[in-house]
Amino acid sequence: MKMKSILLGAAAALALAPAAWAGRGDSGHLNIIYWQAASIMNPYLSGGTKDIDASSMVLEPLAHYDENGNMVPTLAAEIPTVANGGVSKDLTSITWRLKPGLKWADGSPVTAKDVEFTANYCMDPAGGCQQLAKFADVTKVEAVDDLTVKITFGKPKPFPYGPFVGATTPVIQARQFADCMGTKAPTCTDANFKPVGTGPFKVKEFRANDTITLVANDNYRDPNKPAFATVTFKGGGDATSAARSVLETGEFDYAWNLQIAPEVLAQMEAKGKGTILSGFGPLVERLMVNLTDPNPKWGDERSTVKHPHPFLTDKAVRQALSMAIDRKLLVEVGYGKAGKVTCNVVPAPAIYNSPNNESCKTQDIAGANALLDAAGWKKGPDGVRQKNGVRLSILYQTSTNAVRQDFQELIKSWWKQIGVETELKNIDAAVFFGGDQSSPDTFQKFFADIEMYANNFDGTDPEAYMGSWKCSEIPSPENAWLGSNMPRYCNPEYDKLVAEMAGTADIKKRAELVIRMNDMLMQNYIMIPLVHRGNVAAAANTLTGVKLNVWDSDLWNVGDWARK
Amino acid sequence: MFNFTVRRLLFTIPTLLFISFVIFFILDAAPSDPTGNLPLTIPPDVREKIRASLGLDKPMIMRYLLWCKQFFINEPLNLLDQWGLHLGDPDRLRVISFQTRSPVVDMIAERMPQTLWVVGMSYVVGVMIALPIGIISAVKQYSWFDQLGTFISMIGFSVPTFFTGVLMIVVFSTIVPRDSFFWFPSIYDTTLKVTDWASFGAQVRQMAMPVFVLALYNAAQISRFMRASMLDNLNQDYVRTARAKGLRERTVLLVHVLRNSLIPVITVIALGVPQVFGGAIITEQVFKVNGLGQLLIIAIQGGDIPTVQTLTFIFAVLIVLFNLIADILYGILDPRIRYD
Amino acid sequence: MTDTAIDIKPQRSQWADVWDQFKTHPGAVLGMIFFVTICLLVLFGPLLWHFSPHDMMIRDRNQGPSWVHPLGTDQLGHDAFAQILAGGRVSLLVGVTAMGISIFLGTFIGVLAGYFKRLDGLLMRLTDLFLALPLLPLLLVIIMLFRDTLRMAFGPETGIFILIVFVIGITSWMQTARIVRGDVLALKEQEFVLAARSIGTPPHRMILRHVLPNVMSPIMVSATLGIANAIITESALSFLGLGFPSDFPTWGKLLQIATERMTLNPAQVMWPGLAISLTVLSVNYMGDGLRDALDPRIRGR
Repeated sequence: MKMKSILLGAAAALALAPAAWAGRGDSGHLNIIYWQAASIMNPYLSGGTKDIDASSMVLEPLAHYDENGNMVPTLAAEIPTVANGGVSKDLTSITWRLKPGLKWADGSPVTAKDVEFTANYCMDPAGGCQQLAKFADVTKVEAVDDLTVKITFGKPKPFPYGPFVGATTPVIQARQFADCMGTKAPTCTDANFKPVGTGPFKVKEFRANDTITLVANDNYRDPNKPAFATVTFKGGGDATSAARSVLETGEFDYAWNLQIAPEVLAQMEAKGKGTILSGFGPLVERLMVNLTDPNPKWGDERSTVKHPHPFLTDKAVRQALSMAIDRKLLVEVGYGKAGKVTCNVVPAPAIYNSPNNESCKTQDIAGANALLDAAGWKKGPDGVRQKNGVRLSILYQTSTNAVRQDFQELIKSWWKQIGVETELKNIDAAVFFGGDQSSPDTFQKFFADIEMYANNFDGTDPEAYMGSWKCSEIPSPENAWLGSNMPRYCNPEYDKLVAEMAGTADIKKRAELVIRMNDMLMQNYIMIPLVHRGNVAAAANTLTGVKLNVWDSDLWNVGDWARK
Repeated sequence: MFNFTVRRLLFTIPTLLFISFVIFFILDAAPSDPTGNLPLTIPPDVREKIRASLGLDKPMIMRYLLWCKQFFINEPLNLLDQWGLHLGDPDRLRVISFQTRSPVVDMIAERMPQTLWVVGMSYVVGVMIALPIGIISAVKQYSWFDQLGTFISMIGFSVPTFFTGVLMIVVFSTIVPRDSFFWFPSIYDTTLKVTDWASFGAQVRQMAMPVFVLALYNAAQISRFMRASMLDNLNQDYVRTARAKGLRERTVLLVHVLRNSLIPVITVIALGVPQVFGGAIITEQVFKVNGLGQLLIIAIQGGDIPTVQTLTFIFAVLIVLFNLIADILYGILDPRIRYD
Repeated sequence: MTDTAIDIKPQRSQWADVWDQFKTHPGAVLGMIFFVTICLLVLFGPLLWHFSPHDMMIRDRNQGPSWVHPLGTDQLGHDAFAQILAGGRVSLLVGVTAMGISIFLGTFIGVLAGYFKRLDGLLMRLTDLFLALPLLPLLLVIIMLFRDTLRMAFGPETGIFILIVFVIGITSWMQTARIVRGDVLALKEQEFVLAARSIGTPPHRMILRHVLPNVMSPIMVSATLGIANAIITESALSFLGLGFPSDFPTWGKLLQIATERMTLNPAQVMWPGLAISLTVLSVNYMGDGLRDALDPRIRGR
């Protein structure tokens, strides 16, 4: 795409604005910037958000989530439920019916065989499918007829909407990927870069980790969409410069995931070229408390349940650490409009948000000091509290990230006021979140007293997420540190609630259980939530139809976007 | 000299093999992981399967030998294939990136143009302004030209490109109005193809800022070495002799002094050329040029061992090659230097 | 040829002559005054200044210069002047020490390779190897292996200082080594070296008396550039998590953090940038003066 014709196209689109978005391709050219470049168009081979979002312009699932977190059918005719008979009474199977007359971008018909193939493609044990967790407990996927596909589970699934709902698990074309099963998956470069899809656009040129050029799909099911004839999906750079290119220079129309200082973003928005969008999913920035002793003197038994932590096992200390934090200020400094104060680890969807932990919203240094005094922690001559020779001295680690380092410094200063000494440590994100067995710096090994990061769950169902804090999920050398229970929390009552949820189908009862589990974690201060983080994006003011969606791909409705 | 060159070329083979092994060893020991950047919603057991599907469950030495086979045998065969010569098993596996699941060599070829345009051009520009500045600064030591040159080159070297780049963007892309002649794009369009004068103009405009930023940095360094070396030689006895012989000042400076002053400068320039192919990580990032530097940094962050290994190895080949060229040039510049 | 000055004034030491010559170089004197001032400021400034770099006046963040905060405040309400002073301590120490290690290694290896033909091949292939190593993964390996050990042995700050200086030193000596070697190769064939050798001067004295003084100028340039390089590299390291803890300001880090807010608070970018540039500039002028002063041909004039 030549720069000049882009500019001309953009100018023409502006001039013809009111009447221009009636038909396919009338809005001209769309420029999207993702500061992390997409490396592949196949979400089964890369679970990165950038790759999933990029491929969501081409590949579509059976159903997706709208901006409110409700499921809406995409390729499916309707959402199967127990009520309409799509989900079996014993909750062990779900039957999807496709919309009739759907076509792939190459003109061939979409059939249930494609859905069946996609499932087998991902479930091939040698393929290294990154969305395998979505197919958990699936025993069989079969095409009943051309438009009907039945997914059978090995046990009752109260929430059977794992496979083929949302941009992470779209349907791929059986014909194109037939020779790409298992170990041959990486050899299909062409299919992985230019998948044939059903979405509003198709790939014209794919430059890995750089630029994707797309054109409108002639066989898209809505004849008047997409409004844009061509799309450039540029990757690279950093969040600040991506925001600048939309809000200040106006070179691009949409920028994704703008985690930058709120005052910088506000200043850019004031230029009047674009608007900042934000939405809230379940993402929570939190402190994890290590209940086991990370002291190097234990050697291989560091941070394992064999050695309880010398002072963080005292609930009063954990509670005081939480009380000393001014969460409002953290939001103001780090996230602005893109953050909210939260006292829960599951703040969204709304039905799961517990109303029982509001007290943490206000900072209470005096209260925290009183609590520690009462628990027998006395200030020593250096201002650090101690009891029986144990000093309240904390090693506090997180990944390298400007906002996190600001948070570390603020929290350190508050903890100093309650007589807790803090040493800060930050680790490169690729190392911290990477599972390398030989590195001492991974978040699973947790060789520190406190660690900070953000986590959430996919889609709208927190069942698997709540299971993260079961006893069996504690990382240890025995399970190669593979586990998600970072605090090493173990409570049989909690495990019982998790098991109860797995057998409960009623949504209200499930919500009650989630709230009880959340409260159990929060009121024991196993985790200290800090900020409920939102997604932030910027869109040019000339764009219409953009709806930020935190439950699905940012580009979930790119087919509806148009130029004003 | 010919014997020396042949001997050195033969010796580079074991050297490079050793270097490639050391690189692989370091990459393997480094704690970054290909699943490290994936969302936390992907559970640990799936991550293990992903690692296994990438071959990471095999011992390090096996993976190294596999890379050797893919890079030294399969890639050249593939090149022959493209020229119409078909040898061996057509299903052989090329060096495949963990991240993109595509052949690494193809990605490198795809990125070569923008890196050569931007980083290569900035190097050429840098050298071309550095040499005259260095020479004049030395000849007219402590003149206003020398002082200014010193000042600018020190600023150029001590202020990092992540700052100068952003400063340029703020001034020339946001403060300058969009329709002005002095407006420059802040984002490099790698898909732009130069076909006519208009697209050539667009290419020059999008190259202007990154080339300027990098050229300033390169010129600063080289001009300092040029100046210092010229100063060393200007006071030598042979210069006095040459002047006494009645040679023109221009001849004395540009033939006698310059030639003898070039040895450290040639070293610096030769060391810089491989870095052109290494790309300029920060500048490429600031202007979104997405060349080899960006490819390397993304691959490192993503624990993409085949890509990092291949890129670094090509880089090593260039280093060894250009150091050899520098050694040969020493001999030409100063015939007294003998290697045999 | 090298010692003419000493013959004329035998009662004076060589260093007194060097100092006399150095004093006549206005740039060098100015540079030295400036450098000493910066050193004194960062050494004693934090003791005198009424804010500590850890004070956070969170309600006064992102402010421009004022009487209370002459250089303004940053995004967390730190006093920028206190930060620059504290950052200067670390940056200068890291810059000078790391440059020292790198210059020492580079000169040592360069002279050995250039002077002794038998060592040349091996040492230069070693240089090639170090040039080719991928820096980032290497750093990650070094962090993994040594960070915790050093932290326990020397405490978080000293331990990391040793690590950083070591890392920068061993990854930046190669250019100096190549340049010095090239010069030594040419120098070795000059008449005065042949003459000195022919009267039986032992190699160590040859190197110290005749070779080293004649390769001083590229070494000086490398040293000047090396300080700037070390200060900037340190900031890059801290973003990898290899650097000092995040509440520990350094010039490079201050510059990098402020770059993001350049349009919002331009003063915060200017100060660390200015501090680095002026330091490097003053070191450069000092190097210039020193080089002139060490060159007996100039000193005689």
